Amino acid sequence: MDALIEIKNLRKSFGKNHVLKGVSLRLRKGHNIVILGKSGIGKSVLTKCIMGLIEPDEGEIIIFGNKMGSIDDTELDKLRQKIGYLFQGGALYDSMTVRENLKFPLRRSRRVIGKSQLNDMIHEALENVGLLEAIDKYPGELSGGMRKRAGLARTLIVKPDVIFYDEPTTGLDPVTSGEIIDLMIDIQNKYQTSSIVITHDMKCAKLTGDEIKLLKDGVFYAEGSWDELKQSADKEVQMYFK
Amino acid sequence: MRTGIQRIVDSLSLFLIEIGSMTGFTIKIFRQFFRPPLETKEIVRWMYVAGAKTLPLVGITGFIMGLVLTLQSRPVLVNFGAELLLPSMISISIIREISPVITALLCAGKISSGFAAEIGSMKVTEQIDAMEVSGTNPMGFVVASRVLATTIMVPILVIINDAIALIGSYIAASMYGVISFRLFFLEAIKVLSFTDVIPATIKTVIFGFFIGMIGCYKGYNAGHGTEAVGIAANSAVVAASLSIFIIDLVAVQVVELLL
Repeated sequence: MDALIEIKNLRKSFGKNHVLKGVSLRLRKGHNIVILGKSGIGKSVLTKCIMGLIEPDEGEIIIFGNKMGSIDDTELDKLRQKIGYLFQGGALYDSMTVRENLKFPLRRSRRVIGKSQLNDMIHEALENVGLLEAIDKYPGELSGGMRKRAGLARTLIVKPDVIFYDEPTTGLDPVTSGEIIDLMIDIQNKYQTSSIVITHDMKCAKLTGDEIKLLKDGVFYAEGSWDELKQSADKEVQMYFK
Repeated sequence: MRTGIQRIVDSLSLFLIEIGSMTGFTIKIFRQFFRPPLETKEIVRWMYVAGAKTLPLVGITGFIMGLVLTLQSRPVLVNFGAELLLPSMISISIIREISPVITALLCAGKISSGFAAEIGSMKVTEQIDAMEVSGTNPMGFVVASRVLATTIMVPILVIINDAIALIGSYIAASMYGVISFRLFFLEAIKVLSFTDVIPATIKTVIFGFFIGMIGCYKGYNAGHGTEAVGIAANSAVVAASLSIFIIDLVAVQVVELLL
């Protein structure tokens, strides 16, 4: 199995709005892809299609060798446990503390974990994102950056093979944004995860991506490494590198 | 003229689509009831929220309801020399009709809107999506547990409301004459038959299911943004209240046919 995730000719429309018009990509082990594009262009729709949160109109999605649509809900749930997803706003459960938020995906994975091991895992995940002091706080008591960190800790705790980052630095100040980018790089190096990063933050794209794909008009308009795209003569591409 | 007819047709088709979508949602909930894991902790939590936290409101309303009903009915019965029939009349009207409907309406206002607002904001803040990507079925964890909790708790709240309303009625009755607590309740219960209590209780189970289901449905299908959460909560109260009257009407007809 060469590719962890493979997408072939994915299409998705919402009414007359054709968001994705034949998108294809391959994510290999240890590979990090950044998807760049303007707001509302369909970047999040693409990742939500991959995760099975939105049903595509056409195309093939193959995750860890399993073709989406041909597997049942139980198998889909198992596959999802190998993938972490950091949502734009953190998507922490409001009614739970940070500790309970981290406990939740572990309990749901139905793995047999002892109480002390569970606590160790929670502490380790929070230490990794530097948020141990907020362990018993509710999401409402956290700042935007802390919410993202907590979301990242919740993503990491299940030790995923692939992580999707949906606008990881949006809405954060430059310092916090820099800290989140450093964390993402640490995670890539420490856990050898593959990732798909959706962003329009060029610093984030440069530092976290091995390959950059520019989504425009429902297709990948340009693809390549940071340096390759930076040297592109195409005006559309150059707009991002000004 | 054509536009008017077209509008009616459009509204009707939207209404039918909503009914169809709600039916599909109900089928999914029923499927979850029989699909492991059973979310026991969540069910108990929502039973507490729907039951214990609604109890003061239901209790106060029930007490006032019994009191007022007695104060208003008594003079009429006294005119006919039928004051002794007061406990029986009050108990039949409370247990058969008033208490189930009033309690259900209170629950629609408090629980249904709460569910819609909470699930709606979970949807807006992507918490439902987060649950799904972590391998948790939100239909089971978020929806089925709440619906099961209201299905169990609304009938219990109605029974408690019945009792408190009768106590309120006794207090009102004893303000005008000497009647023992024991005699009042014996008179109130004596007149009740199987056909009064059982259909009324079954009806409350259905009320409970619909209160939970509509709240969850409206929240789950809320649009984007905070405004959508408010709209979901509001429409949950309207739809749940309306469904209570429709179920009540159907239940009365069914009981008439069967008994």
